[in-house]
Amino acid sequence: MNLWVILAINSVALGGLLFLLSAGFSLIFGLMRIPNLAHGSFFMLGAYLGVTFLRIGTNFWLAAILSGLGIALLGGIIERLFLRRLQGQELAQVLVTLGLSFMFADISLMIWGGDPIPLSAPSALQGAMQVGSIVFPSYRLAIVLVAAVIAAVLWIMIDRTRLGAMIRAGVDDAQMARVVGIRVSRLSSLIFCLGAGLAGFGGVMGGPIFSAYPGLDGDMLPLALIVVILGGTGSLVGTLVGSFVVAFLYNYGQALFPELAYVILFLPMLVVLLIRPQGLFGRLPT
Amino acid sequence: MSLRHALSTPDAEKASLSTRLLALGIVLALLVTVPIWVPNSYYVNICSQILIWAVFALGLNILVGYAGLVSLGQSGLFGIACYTAAYLVSIGTPHFEAGLAAIGLAIVTSAVFAVLSLRTTGISFLMITLALGEILWGIAYRWVSVTGGDNGISVNTRPTPFGISLASPSAFYYSTLIIFLVVVAAMYVFVESPFGISLRGTRDQARRMTTLGYNVWLIRFLAFMFSGLIAGVAGLQFFYYEKFVSPYVLSLSTSATVLLMVISGGVATLLGPIVGAALVIVMQYVVSAYIQQWNLVLGAIFVAIILFMPEGLVPGSLRLWRALRRRRGSAPAVVTVPVEPES
Repeated sequence: MNLWVILAINSVALGGLLFLLSAGFSLIFGLMRIPNLAHGSFFMLGAYLGVTFLRIGTNFWLAAILSGLGIALLGGIIERLFLRRLQGQELAQVLVTLGLSFMFADISLMIWGGDPIPLSAPSALQGAMQVGSIVFPSYRLAIVLVAAVIAAVLWIMIDRTRLGAMIRAGVDDAQMARVVGIRVSRLSSLIFCLGAGLAGFGGVMGGPIFSAYPGLDGDMLPLALIVVILGGTGSLVGTLVGSFVVAFLYNYGQALFPELAYVILFLPMLVVLLIRPQGLFGRLPT
Repeated sequence: MSLRHALSTPDAEKASLSTRLLALGIVLALLVTVPIWVPNSYYVNICSQILIWAVFALGLNILVGYAGLVSLGQSGLFGIACYTAAYLVSIGTPHFEAGLAAIGLAIVTSAVFAVLSLRTTGISFLMITLALGEILWGIAYRWVSVTGGDNGISVNTRPTPFGISLASPSAFYYSTLIIFLVVVAAMYVFVESPFGISLRGTRDQARRMTTLGYNVWLIRFLAFMFSGLIAGVAGLQFFYYEKFVSPYVLSLSTSATVLLMVISGGVATLLGPIVGAALVIVMQYVVSAYIQQWNLVLGAIFVAIILFMPEGLVPGSLRLWRALRRRRGSAPAVVTVPVEPES
């Protein structure tokens, strides 16, 4: 019984992290029509940057925010330097992000070495909280809280502001949005920065759970991919639901059928693809 | 989508038949005599590897070049052949049966891949094939009791077809050369066959093909199976070359490497994937002699090729060469070409 509760708590925390990772992935996909195959790298680079900031002696939250900003800047540079040049050539854009992800993997191996580097959670959150008879690890609760705040902010931004309306217009019909005067390419830069930054921030947040290690990028990218295929591209609600579905499948799958955890993780995705190719919350392209 | 453009050679530009046959003869002679003029068995092994990867890339080119479907799950088909053969040989199955099973399973897997991924085209196709490839990687990595997990499976024998041992580097090289030549010939026939032409039709004008009564889905499905068959053959050879298999063969890195071979050489050309395979393998060996960061170089080539020579090296250099020749041949007549001022 206790195992199930622990698994559930871990899954909720992982769901929060996956949301941070996938929200940007989904928005970028929605607006620019490309899966950013460097998204896992952003997560990993965020974690590594967090390691560096923590070594300098900054506070954990500051490290997370600074890493997020750093990765957002990196995302902006990539968008300007590479993706912008290839506008309209979606395939070339995807392949560039794939090439970049290989480069990032080796560059971070050169800088930070091959051994996993654990990030320590802020000392105030290292213990556990007891509610009734159940003990919650405080840090995992903090992750859920942070993810919930970010989800709320993103939702307000997308659903309630002028900027959000422009983004939604771009996602729905980029050409038409251009016609009515929305600068979709500028929005793309913004969303790419935002998505990259969220992934980088998520990397630091996930650090105390996963550590920073080579291959973290390759481990996270498929998860983001499944979340977005499950939830539907460009849909925030879909990403949120998808994140938690994937997190629960991942944790329970690994605990119950460790050898086939990956199959259990991918099976629902295949089912969704067969029955509802646009994803659970996605809309069919018009 | 510049990557998808097939660059057809204008007939007037084609070299005459005798020149082509001569070139073909020279290349064939060079290939057949590799174990003689290549001094070291180390280099013979590299040549074997190039031929294996060229076969793999030729197979992927069916999808990327002629069907316009960019797959990032090709390592799944390659790897499943590796693993099937490795597992069966390691539990004592004879090589012949193991090889048949490996290729058979590769074909079955490509059928499953095709059914799932051919619901879409373009980027969605790429994403689904990527996800499918990752599933197989995850299975190989985690299903330790069958696949050995990260340690992989190693065997200590190579098959002896018709009683000829393939243990030595040169004997193995000849086996890869024969398969390579068969696949090249098959591709040569395939491209100009009615099936190849209708496949290109589905790439360029899918809707029109449907209107004309072609079953676009079926054509793509068959192309996928053909591609999977060749990937399986390449995977089987790769396994026997290494006598070892690890989850790396199923990784995204493998899919990306073979895709880079196709794109760097030139999609929808016969020569492109072969040149690309040679280039990438040689680069890999040269680079790893100096630095360990092969992925860094792989990524950098990828980015550079896509930015600067999206049509690939073979069509790209052909274009340059033709431009150069045209300019040299007709320079006096063309006014716009800047000629050196004569005093």
